[in-house]
Amino acid sequence: MVLMASLFEMHSLSASYGTDFVLRDVNFTVSENDFIGVIGPNGGGKTTLLKVILGLLRPAKGEIIFNNDLIRENRIGYLPQMSTGDASYPVTVTDIILSGLMIRKGIISRMSSSDKKKAEMVIDELGLSELAQSTINELSGGQIQRVFLGRAIIGDPKLLLLDEPGNFVDTTFENDFYEKLKDLNNRMAILMVSHDVGIISSHIKSFACVNRSLHYHPSHEITNDDLLAYGCPIQLITHGDVPHTVLKYHK
Amino acid sequence: MEANIFQYEFIIKGILGAIFASITAGLAGTYIVSKRMVFLSGGITHASFGGIGIGYFAGINPVVGAAVFGILSALGVEYLSVKQKIREDSAIGILWAFGMAIGIIFIYMTPGYTPNLMSYLFGSILTVTNADIIALGIMSVILILYFGIFYRTILYISFDEMFARTYSSYVDIFKYITTSLIALTIVLNIRMAGVVLVISLLTIPPNIAMIYTKVYFKIVVWSILAGFVGTATGYVISYFAGIPVGATIIFTLVIIWVIAKVINQLLMKYSNKNFKD
Repeated sequence: MVLMASLFEMHSLSASYGTDFVLRDVNFTVSENDFIGVIGPNGGGKTTLLKVILGLLRPAKGEIIFNNDLIRENRIGYLPQMSTGDASYPVTVTDIILSGLMIRKGIISRMSSSDKKKAEMVIDELGLSELAQSTINELSGGQIQRVFLGRAIIGDPKLLLLDEPGNFVDTTFENDFYEKLKDLNNRMAILMVSHDVGIISSHIKSFACVNRSLHYHPSHEITNDDLLAYGCPIQLITHGDVPHTVLKYHK
Repeated sequence: MEANIFQYEFIIKGILGAIFASITAGLAGTYIVSKRMVFLSGGITHASFGGIGIGYFAGINPVVGAAVFGILSALGVEYLSVKQKIREDSAIGILWAFGMAIGIIFIYMTPGYTPNLMSYLFGSILTVTNADIIALGIMSVILILYFGIFYRTILYISFDEMFARTYSSYVDIFKYITTSLIALTIVLNIRMAGVVLVISLLTIPPNIAMIYTKVYFKIVVWSILAGFVGTATGYVISYFAGIPVGATIIFTLVIIWVIAKVINQLLMKYSNKNFKD
C-alpha cells in the first residue's frame, strides 16, 4: 500500500460558538488525493469543520496540524455556498477568479501579467472564455458556480474545500461539474460538504460523517451488503437499481 | 473692479468645488451603491446634523461636529446591528432621527439668529468657504490614493466579505476605514448639497454610469464625469436663477439620469431592430 502524505491532522479537536460545542473530540486526517464526502444533518457541524480548516474559527480544544508545505504556500482552495457573494455586484468574471490569488498577495495588490495569464488558463479550462469580461449578474447559477470554482483553484491548491455545491440551482452543469472535480482530484485532495445525499457523486473515495462527532470511512471499507448499517442519521430513498454505498456502524 | 475679483473668486470656487465634489462623490458613491449602503449613508448624513447643532451651540466649526457625528453614527449602526442584534435598518432609522433631533434642539438653544441653518439643510454656494474647498480637495486626494492603492482589496471585501476573511485578517479594519471615509465625504459635501440632498449627489452619478457599464472601475470614472457635468450645470443655474445650489444640482443630475436612460432605451430598440432585419 502506498503511504499518502497527510495534508493536515486534527487531534482531539473540539470547536464551539460560545458555550455550544458544535464539534467534539474530532480525530481526522486528510491525505493527498483523497476525495472525501462530508455528510451529516444540518447543524451537525459540517460548515464548522470547514471554518476550522480555513482558520476562520479557532479550535476550542485540541489542535489542527497542517503539513508544512500547505501552510507555507497557503494552498487551500475554497468554494463557499453561493449565498456569500453578492450576485449583482459590478465585478467581472476575470476579477473574481483573480481574487483567488489574494491569499498570496498583500493588501496593496497589483495583479502581474503572469497572474492574468494564469486567470486566462483557468477561464479556458472551465469553459468560461466567452464570459471573461462579463459581470456576475449576467451569469446563470451554473456559470457562477464555475467562476467560484475558478477562484478556488487558480492558486493551484493542494486541498479544495467545497461547501454545499449542490445549492447552485443550475442542474444542467451538475454532471459536468462533478466530472471537472474528478479531473481536479488528480491534482488536489477534495473535501466536499453536502447535506443532500443525492448529490454525493460516485467519484467520492471516502466519507466523513459529521454530527457533532466525526467518523471517517475510507474507501476500502465500503460494501454493498450491510443494508442495516445506518451509520449516519441520513435516509436514502431510491427507485430500482441505483448504485448505493453503505457504510459500517460507527464504533 | 472689486466686483470682478469677487466674481473671479466665485467662479474658481465653483469650478474647484464641482471637481472635488464629483471626485469624492463618485468614488464614495460607487462603493455605497454597489454595496447597497444607500440607506445607511442617508442615516449617516442626517445623524451628522446633530454634530452641526452642537457645533453651533458650542461655537466650534459645525463641519467638525458633523464629521464626528457622521463617523460615530456609522460605527454606531455597526455596533447596534452586530453587537446588540438590532435590525440594521431599524438601527439606521433610530440614529437618523436622533441626530436630527439633537441638531434641532441645540440650534434652538443657541442664543441669537442662526443664518446658516438653511444652507446646511439645502446647501449654499455663498457660504462655502475656501477652507471647505481645500478640505474637499484634500479628501479627493485621500480617496484617490486609498481606492487606487487598495483597489482590489476593497473591491473583493465588498463583493464577498466571507471569502475575503479566508485570506485576510484586515477585513474589519478596511470596512471601518472605508465607512469612516464615506462618512467624511458626505459631511464635506453637505456644505454644497445640504443634509437633505447630499445622498443623491452620491447615488445618482453611479446610477447614471450603471446604465452603460457594470464594471466597478468604469462606474467610478463615468460617475465622476456625470457628477461633474451635473454639479457644474447646477452651479450655473443656481447662480443665474438664485435658487439653492443643492436643489439645482440634484435636479440636473436626475434630468441627466432620465436622458441617459431614454438614450439607452432608444439605442437598445434600434440595435434590436437592426438585429431583426
